Amino acid sequence: MAAESGVAAEACVGQVVLPGDLLLLPCYPDEDGERLRLGAGTAPRGRLLCGPGLRRCGAGLMVIKCGLLRHRPAGSGGAAGGVYWVDSQQKRYVPVKGDHVIGIVTAKAGDVFKLDVGGSEQASLSYLAFEGATKRNRPNVQVGDLIYGQFLVANKDMEPEMVCIDSSGRSTGMGIIGQDGFLFKVSLGLIRKLLAPKCEIIQELSQLYPFELVLGMNGRIWVKAKTVQQTLIIVNILEACEYMTAEQRKQALAKLSGN
Amino acid sequence: MAAEVKTKLSKNLLRMKFMQRGLDSQTKKQLEEEEKKIISEEHWYLDLPDLKEKESYIIEERSFMPCEDLLYGRMSFKGFNPEIEKLMIQMNSKCKEKEIEVDDKMEADVSDEEMARRYETLVGTIGKKFMRKRDQRVLQDEDGGEDGSSNIRPSKKAKKKFLKPQD
Repeated sequence: MAAESGVAAEACVGQVVLPGDLLLLPCYPDEDGERLRLGAGTAPRGRLLCGPGLRRCGAGLMVIKCGLLRHRPAGSGGAAGGVYWVDSQQKRYVPVKGDHVIGIVTAKAGDVFKLDVGGSEQASLSYLAFEGATKRNRPNVQVGDLIYGQFLVANKDMEPEMVCIDSSGRSTGMGIIGQDGFLFKVSLGLIRKLLAPKCEIIQELSQLYPFELVLGMNGRIWVKAKTVQQTLIIVNILEACEYMTAEQRKQALAKLSGN
Repeated sequence: MAAEVKTKLSKNLLRMKFMQRGLDSQTKKQLEEEEKKIISEEHWYLDLPDLKEKESYIIEERSFMPCEDLLYGRMSFKGFNPEIEKLMIQMNSKCKEKEIEVDDKMEADVSDEEMARRYETLVGTIGKKFMRKRDQRVLQDEDGGEDGSSNIRPSKKAKKKFLKPQD
């Protein structure tokens, strides 16, 4: 089986890539230590980060998800050497370590709560993983409660484990999400769009009414506003904004703020 | 009874810690080496040359967080939940390391003027509590005029009356 010769990764940025495509990296050294031709603006080789949708494969990166290839150049402090990833769309969430998600408590089994996070397995959450929890001082968690936490362990071989504190023991906003409010599910791509640094949708919505919002990376959003009507309006906008253009959205919001 | 002749002790016994305390370092080293030899002969190993691991410059990452610099998932707007708003500023400035403009004018339940008024009256009442008795009587005389002993009763009543905070 002749392996397809790869395409330079830089050439495909912003284009659709399919699983099986091999992307070559320009300045990856040979076994002998010889350098291939360096691009004009390549920074000193730091560690290249190969994000979701890509896998390391010999001399380059193998695409494993279909979508648009994205690239962030080096020097951003997060990853010296740049980041490549595939921007794909899906609705089914796969637990990933470090992700903040909203889980629904389905069972209490002794010292451990079972949470439904939308993945293939239920995640477990120990009662000691809350801020200020001790054996005597247990958190007041009931079946059906909403919990905002992050994954401590999440791989395909083990049951995912969640915690509601960070490494220094502080909760930083994680834990049981309060009363009332409305929980609904959207696609994962929309969540990433909403969590992007300068999201217009969130900025425009924040001008409407005072409300509170919790976004889980598993596609779940929880909204709470002062009245039920306001809550439902925000829910409808968030669900619909995935398929609306910017002008349509602005029109819809203008109508609402006019009312 | 302790004869000079050392009875024949087994190797295992000699290898025990309490027997080795008296030994000098050389004998200890010898014993250790012998032990290592025994262990290494029993262990199986692959008779292959050492494979040099290729230094890889690519790190695989399955999460979107470092790729797209996502914000923190809990948000609150227009003062709906002040703690979350404080948290937002804290978490997002940690990520970005740049100053985000803080909207200082958040909705307050009690305005500044009302607070000042309340503190005015509060300081007076609590201050009276710590005054000495003589000073209290002087104060009462100033307020209510000289009435003799009957002055004390009403002043006591006035003191005991609960002052409702102005809301």
